[in-house]
Amino acid sequence: MSEIADLECRELSKSFLDFQAVKDVSFSVPKGTFFSILGPSGCGKTTLLRMIAGFQEPTSGDLLIKNKSVLDVPPNKRPVSMVFQHLALFPMMNIAANVGFGLRQRGVDKREIEKRVETVLERVGLPGVGNRSINQLSGGQKQRVAIARCMVLEPDVLLLDEPLGALDLKLREHMKIELKKLQAEFNTTFVYITHDQSEALVMSDQIAVMNHGVFEQIGTARELYYQPKTAFVAGFVGEANKYDAKVTAKNGDALKLVTGDGVELSGLDAVGGLNEGDRTQVFVRPEAIKISRKQADIKGMDNSHSGEIESILFNGANSQLLLRDNSNGAQINITMPQTGEFRDLTRGDNVYFGWEAEQTRCYLADKVS
Amino acid sequence: MTSDKSKLGFFLLLSPLLLWLMTLIILPHVGMFFVSISEKVGVRQYETGFGNYAVFFNEPLYWNTFARTAYMSIAATFLTLMIGFPIAYYIAKLTKGRTKTTLFLMCLIPFWVSELVRTFGWMILLRETGVVSNFLQYIGLVDGPIEFLYNDAAIMTGLVYTSMLFMVVPLVTTLDSLDDSLIEASYDLGGNGYTILREIIIPHAMPGIVSGCIVVFMLSLGNYLTPILLGGKDSLWFTGLIYSQFITRFNWELGSAFGFLLLGLSSLIVFVGLKLSRQSLTETMGR
Repeated sequence: MSEIADLECRELSKSFLDFQAVKDVSFSVPKGTFFSILGPSGCGKTTLLRMIAGFQEPTSGDLLIKNKSVLDVPPNKRPVSMVFQHLALFPMMNIAANVGFGLRQRGVDKREIEKRVETVLERVGLPGVGNRSINQLSGGQKQRVAIARCMVLEPDVLLLDEPLGALDLKLREHMKIELKKLQAEFNTTFVYITHDQSEALVMSDQIAVMNHGVFEQIGTARELYYQPKTAFVAGFVGEANKYDAKVTAKNGDALKLVTGDGVELSGLDAVGGLNEGDRTQVFVRPEAIKISRKQADIKGMDNSHSGEIESILFNGANSQLLLRDNSNGAQINITMPQTGEFRDLTRGDNVYFGWEAEQTRCYLADKVS
Repeated sequence: MTSDKSKLGFFLLLSPLLLWLMTLIILPHVGMFFVSISEKVGVRQYETGFGNYAVFFNEPLYWNTFARTAYMSIAATFLTLMIGFPIAYYIAKLTKGRTKTTLFLMCLIPFWVSELVRTFGWMILLRETGVVSNFLQYIGLVDGPIEFLYNDAAIMTGLVYTSMLFMVVPLVTTLDSLDDSLIEASYDLGGNGYTILREIIIPHAMPGIVSGCIVVFMLSLGNYLTPILLGGKDSLWFTGLIYSQFITRFNWELGSAFGFLLLGLSSLIVFVGLKLSRQSLTETMGR
């Protein structure tokens, strides 16, 4: 990379007694990127973030900010700031004092602090609230104050530890857009950790999916969604129907598989290297499956089945159908098409459904833990 | 009907407290006040007036003792806070689970023994033929026995020791409620140990500090046993004066006046303390 990365981790590891929380994680984040670390709880993402912030020391590896190792720099001297999960605004101070806290520690002139605090509050869209107390703010406003408190210090990297977790759904949706806007406005590198894939997918330029202390895949939201490199990513990012199957024939990337209960599938070797006889995990996205009332519509597809509708999970545009496959009794999840054609579907209806082989991504089963 | 019944219940539940307040606090004080404003003019002859209070202000020994008691109590409170705060911080923030409970219990255990016995314990340690004196002679630091008792330092030690728990408990409670992430956040924003203590920890712990200080100050001011036993004849503690007026001199009138002066003094100092720390009594005691 020609440009110096704002943040770079080199084989960073962290062990607690007999448990390795983070294993040889390497990545670099270019300037101005919204970088998310996505993973289930307990995957080590918080440990990783706390190491970047300096609250925990890595067992091995190196951590560089603007190409300089910061391992020996204590958190109060590191050019990173952190927005805490519960924001950690100081209740004993008013908003201006909260935002100005960092500047006061640096010994900035009093009048200069006032000016800069007001400027940053304006930039987060809260002008003139300096004299109010923290409790007078709504959840979303507190969020913005917490970000302002960090941004006033002009850090090289802003770390965010699931700051949207405590908000209600509507506000969370709104803050996603807001955060992305703020990031563009400040043009600072954001490192955001979350277990909520939609937060990560919507906001990020780059996402790292983390599981059991390792990065499974780093890529853009689209790459992770359409070309997951591991079974974990395929299962964790977005929804998917999952089969366990054995490879019976192989022709290039195209696979023929058979599931445990004898259903034949056509699939795609997602990462390569699968051989005949391998046990695989097969993922099919609910929206990749086409449904029809007539068998003829499905006939030409690589995989075609029929099933009975077991329940309809109506959720507006995100409505889903749960079907029981007639051939093997497996449950399958299909996104309900929004064309209106299927508006009158009811429980117990029999429908035909099918999908293409290239939408059937297969991974070696051993890689899944 | 229900409201009448619940009202009755409320008063029944309240009655022990009211009874206690009335018979043990208010009535004696009213009685004492009347005693304090009656001057003895002859055998069994009394006149109403503030002569007893005048005696206090005209006798330097009395008001010197009074002032001494006040500043010694303030000093004891301050010292208790200085020693108690790090202990409380350690218990509340740096330990977890079993260790925390154990440490907390260890603060409590001395109070299972009566104050008298504990004070005698200090006497055994500090007297001329006591443990400390003997030890110093044994290791050859001093030639002859040393008397550690019967001075202000001994009184101070006793007072701080007696009231430590009453400082540590409210401090642990308030410090416990301080979210660790606030400390981390301030550290992350560039704060150092000193500024975090000044801007985050102390403001948060203020109600605990103030309530602890009030309790310790009151206990020290009204303490009788510790100053008399550890300070000996020269202890000059105001409660000692009150005792001698009532018991030794049979001068109940002057003793009552002293009692009221002590009440006024403690109220005044607590009031000033609250004003200085910008806390309100309801806020600190309501925690």
